[in-house]
Amino acid sequence: MSLVTRSALKRLLVSLAVGALVAVMTGAPGGYGVPAYTGVHGSFFEHVSYFGLFRTQRWFLFLTLAVLAWLLLSFYKAHAHVVQRRLEPVTILPSRLMARRTNRWVLIAVVVVVTLFIPKFVHQQFWMYLIVEQIGVWILLALGLNVVVGFAGLLDLGFAAFYAIGAYSTAWFTGVLPTPAPFNHPIPTLWCIPIGVALAMIFGIILGIPTLRLRGDYLAIVTLGFALIIDDFVGTQSGVTGGGEGSLTVPKFDLNAGFFHYRWGISPTPYYYLCFIFVVIFLVAFTALEYSRVGRAWVAIREDEVAAESIGINPLKYKVSAFAVGAASGGFGGVLTAGLIGNINPTLFQYQVSVNVLILVIFGGMGSIWGVAIGAIIVQFVTSYLDNYQPWGYQLNDLYMYIGALLIIMMIFRPAGILPSRRRQREIHDFETAHEGHLDEVLTGDEP
Amino acid sequence: MGFAHFWLSGFDQIRTGFWAYLAVGLENGSLYAMIAVGYTLVYGVLGLINFAHGEVFMCGGFAAVFLTHGILGETVATGWASVGLVLAGIVVAGSISALVATGVEQIAYRPLRRRNAPKLAYLISAIGASYFLQTIAGKEFGYGQNIFPAQVFPAGQTLFFIGKTPIHTIQVVCLVAGAIMFIAADRIVRSTRLGRGIRAVAQDSETSALMGVNIDRTITLTFIIGGSLAGAAGFLYSLQNGIVQNSGTELGIYAFTAAVLGGIGNLRGAALGGLLIGLFGSFSVPFAFEGNISWTEIYTFLILVLVLILRPTGILGEKSGRTA
Repeated sequence: MSLVTRSALKRLLVSLAVGALVAVMTGAPGGYGVPAYTGVHGSFFEHVSYFGLFRTQRWFLFLTLAVLAWLLLSFYKAHAHVVQRRLEPVTILPSRLMARRTNRWVLIAVVVVVTLFIPKFVHQQFWMYLIVEQIGVWILLALGLNVVVGFAGLLDLGFAAFYAIGAYSTAWFTGVLPTPAPFNHPIPTLWCIPIGVALAMIFGIILGIPTLRLRGDYLAIVTLGFALIIDDFVGTQSGVTGGGEGSLTVPKFDLNAGFFHYRWGISPTPYYYLCFIFVVIFLVAFTALEYSRVGRAWVAIREDEVAAESIGINPLKYKVSAFAVGAASGGFGGVLTAGLIGNINPTLFQYQVSVNVLILVIFGGMGSIWGVAIGAIIVQFVTSYLDNYQPWGYQLNDLYMYIGALLIIMMIFRPAGILPSRRRQREIHDFETAHEGHLDEVLTGDEP
Repeated sequence: MGFAHFWLSGFDQIRTGFWAYLAVGLENGSLYAMIAVGYTLVYGVLGLINFAHGEVFMCGGFAAVFLTHGILGETVATGWASVGLVLAGIVVAGSISALVATGVEQIAYRPLRRRNAPKLAYLISAIGASYFLQTIAGKEFGYGQNIFPAQVFPAGQTLFFIGKTPIHTIQVVCLVAGAIMFIAADRIVRSTRLGRGIRAVAQDSETSALMGVNIDRTITLTFIIGGSLAGAAGFLYSLQNGIVQNSGTELGIYAFTAAVLGGIGNLRGAALGGLLIGLFGSFSVPFAFEGNISWTEIYTFLILVLVLILRPTGILGEKSGRTA
């Protein structure tokens, strides 16, 4: 076991760098009014400990751990043939159990019953609100983005824009913005659902037709720019959108069908059931869509656009339709949020929201409807828990740091997500093995 | 205020303040050009948009801010001291940014390249890197707070007058530094052994590997060139505007627009596009509604969309096969 070879020293450098990075990542939160120069000129001691450790302790600990890890790794490298042993493969996999149809139906029935009774178990209003606002609505958003990113393979970073369009059109049509409602005639919030969805869809089509003709990576930057602009627009045009305050008085949902009148009030439980109904509708509709003619066309375009075109699929038409479906779901989420929360302001629709939704899709598994739904529940639950309780010195502002790191790590180790869609997984695998030896494709990741 | 009146008054402002708008436009334009070089080089070699490039720029800006602040404290540099500080700032910011850029390449791109991942994976990984860098910077240096370096040039210091318009020293410095760095990058890509390697990999990486080009090394060097130009731009930008942890996003979109406008993959196109976008942004300021500066952002974005619709290959033509 030699510790002074070139590769061993390189490993030491890498592990020290990782240790330093962890020390920085667990450090003090960034302030909003503190002069930044204290980071350089200030003392090496902090007044408050984070994660139970002061700065010097943290650096010492993590650098020591890095050296230890390096020693262990070098030891492992030197004696790998002794340590390495074949592990017995696990025979009962959940995915194999799910392959049987009866098992699947039983599971779905259990899930539905449990979800229906959740309001009976959760007594705290706070958690019910959290479940509705942070989980229910976001499952819908993630399912919508999944159509664009997962089914059609288009990277849409402007999802927040459509979300904002849905919410602000609701506020506009119900007449609570500084701009008067169209025809000076406010309408009930529930009627805004088709309007918000249609408006978001129109915006999606207008944005999609020119950009979807081009290479896929242009779409990402154009949609990002679009989200930035919508963000700017609603935040600064106080005469039109209420500026930074937005609107505080979006009316609650109100169903009036003549013989039957129901009004959603302050209690979160009715909203929960409303969300539940929509989630079920979305799940069923998108599952049907996935195996329909349109869904198969999306997959064909995603896998090989030229081949799809040669069998008579018009790529632009189907790409735009996928983009429009995604935009419409974003708009739907926006209307729902406006009706649920009652107050909307630009901070809800910052362009980072697009990446938040994207991480739900990627975490769950692009293209896998159940994966995305479960991924959304897990990620949203964890982040809301962290935000509200801030355990172990977790800091509010650090969320995007972890999200960024998670995105990179997922792409390296599990690009297909936690519950991958079978087709997508096979596709990625095929893609990665088929072109082996062709350096050109290895470099560009381009299809031949 | 009527609509026609609004436009007319905008043109009137341009007529009276033409030289001032031109100077600001050229200053910003040279910065955009320097950042756009990174986008264009990486696109030529790897065929992907380096989403984290804006954050590379931001890191360079912070590095130089802390350097100048550490040296100067609260005093103002004069004479040769400011020349030395500008040079030191450019060198330090350039090297820090080059380091960050190669780090991003090694961590976020190289594992995917080894595995031959689909393109979507690269984009997502790049977004992850961008968010990570942005938040780490916010954590260390504060959120949403504009950090200015110590004064290398006194604010509003005038070098000379055109007519009655004062031309500030910083504007001249930006333009000259941008021109020198761009010409250096252009020379490197066009007429050195390394540049030949970059062009070869861009044209056909498989064959160039067979001809003995070390692909990994070439890609790393491409990131180093792009990163150092972005870092220098970050320093020059922060001298004038200060730097925030998220200033990379906006500048990155401007620079990307510039790269696409000039023809992505085309080094000289990046310079031309950068200058044009800078001038456009500056001359559209009088046309911002309610004096709101974010309208220039909206106009620039419209330019991006129009270019993509009407001429997606850019002004000088796209050269994904030949970077120079």
